[in-house]
Amino acid sequence: MSISRDDVNRIAELARLEIPEADADLLAGQLSQVLDFAATLNRLDLEGCEPTAFAPADAPLRDDAPDGRRLTPERALEGAPEGEDGFFLVPPVVENLAP
Amino acid sequence: MSDALWTLSATALAARVRSGAVAPEAAVESGWEGPAARWESDVRAMVAVDPVARAAGAKAAAGGPLQGVPVVVKDNLCTTDYTTTCASKILAGYRSPYDATVIRRLRAAGAVVTGKGNMDEFAMGSSTEYSAYGPTRNPFDLARVPGGSSGGPAAAVAYGLAPIGLGSDTGGSVRQPAAFCGVLGLKPTYGRLSRYGLVAFGSSLDQVGIFARHVGDVALIYAVLAGPDDCDATTRRAPAPDVSGWAQGVKGLRFGWPANLWQAGVDAELVEGLEEAAAWLEAAGAERVRFDFMPGEYAVATYYLVATAEASSNLARFDGVRYGFRHADSPDVRALYTRTRSAGFGPEVKRRILLGTYALSAGYYDAYYLTAQRARTRIRREHEEAFRRCDFMILPVSPTLPFRLGEKTEDPLAMYLSDIFTIGANLAGIPGLTVPVGLTAAGLPRAVQLLGPEDAEPTLLRAARALEVHGDVARLDGRHETEFAWPTKR
Repeated sequence: MSISRDDVNRIAELARLEIPEADADLLAGQLSQVLDFAATLNRLDLEGCEPTAFAPADAPLRDDAPDGRRLTPERALEGAPEGEDGFFLVPPVVENLAP
Repeated sequence: MSDALWTLSATALAARVRSGAVAPEAAVESGWEGPAARWESDVRAMVAVDPVARAAGAKAAAGGPLQGVPVVVKDNLCTTDYTTTCASKILAGYRSPYDATVIRRLRAAGAVVTGKGNMDEFAMGSSTEYSAYGPTRNPFDLARVPGGSSGGPAAAVAYGLAPIGLGSDTGGSVRQPAAFCGVLGLKPTYGRLSRYGLVAFGSSLDQVGIFARHVGDVALIYAVLAGPDDCDATTRRAPAPDVSGWAQGVKGLRFGWPANLWQAGVDAELVEGLEEAAAWLEAAGAERVRFDFMPGEYAVATYYLVATAEASSNLARFDGVRYGFRHADSPDVRALYTRTRSAGFGPEVKRRILLGTYALSAGYYDAYYLTAQRARTRIRREHEEAFRRCDFMILPVSPTLPFRLGEKTEDPLAMYLSDIFTIGANLAGIPGLTVPVGLTAAGLPRAVQLLGPEDAEPTLLRAARALEVHGDVARLDGRHETEFAWPTKR
């Protein structure tokens, strides 16, 4: 198996996901199955194949000037779970240190 | 032939509205008075329906080629008049402050959004079973899936709720449900339809796609939607190809026949459908060119590294801060992210985020992601090579007929392999079109897929029209009431 239970927990932390204890083995098995299948690519001759990232060759750059489209803070906050005074509200990001 | 409004093409329905024979309100409501009135509670194609919104839409309908035409929109395209949730708990109740560009263009042409269609959560799936709203069922057989991820719009168009629908196609999510539901499904060339307002999944692969029951409608919608958009830098600047010649026939066109692809593992009735379709194309004056093509396994392997890597990055924005659901009880912001995402995402989305995070993580990037990016170049070259020998290729859409609910949900790899014939087009950035070719002995839809080089939409539509004229295309036209008697319960 290419992915262990510990791998699952490590990448879950990177992805900000919590995996219940009971699911970690199942997920490790399923992800390994897909990655083992992906090893099919090792049979492919990739000599001279540069990576394709797929941006159109003629992707244009527009003028760096306002285009008149604007979302007001009030409108932007309408879909937010919590907001205050035109800002998104979140729990503490850093601890308050005593002066 | 039945003359009920819900059986008409978008083109014919708009003509009646424009002539004043039918009010836009009546045109929009007609979809809800057909089979949908009896069957929507079983099929469950729709996730957001609002009679007040659609009446307002009909009243405000612009004059234009789609005046008064109802359209079903996949729930990952932003609409101001309905919620946009991607069938995920994490976007429960979310209402976009703007319309997607494709929605703006449809409305400017007179179309009315008649509701939002079900989908696999964040378009990740091939059966519409991974939806927070529960599955949609196939209108031809309620025990079977409609395909996915755009299963809701495909089913809705198939059973007359609207003549046209919009979906998104990252690895086959328009073409495969179109095949399972017996309708046309176009994935345009990468960069031809704006993705502004399409919730991103795999940005180098995503395209907005079109469902319809008539080839002429696909051409019309493509003409309305295609073209550059200042809000999407990946749209091509050059004008979109002219598809007005969709009915001009296929005389002199060469079509590729890569029969090695269906030597094994493809349903016998689907192979029969391919052979009939090829014979119809030949009868209409096209020439068959036989050659071998690269097996689809390589495309599946490439895709599930590239698409999951891009998804893990795109879905990082769902963290409980700016939109949708937030976990109620979090002491700090890191816990807020983790708890919101863990409670908000379903199992398939989590699986793909984990896979993509792994493929991009330090120490594995070269082995997985970079290898996949290079394989993608090889796959593009294989397609370019094939299209030097023919104008378009014909191949299966899915290796199987619509499968039963629950058949593949426990085996992710088996589900992924059902995309084996559709993924290549996304990796290569080329157009693909699903064309229904009648029904199996048991009454399930059969379909073929047409693939062409970049900007070959006019060619694909000409070929689809040839099949429509010759073939037993499973569409409404009033026939189904007597012949198909669907939806059926088995």
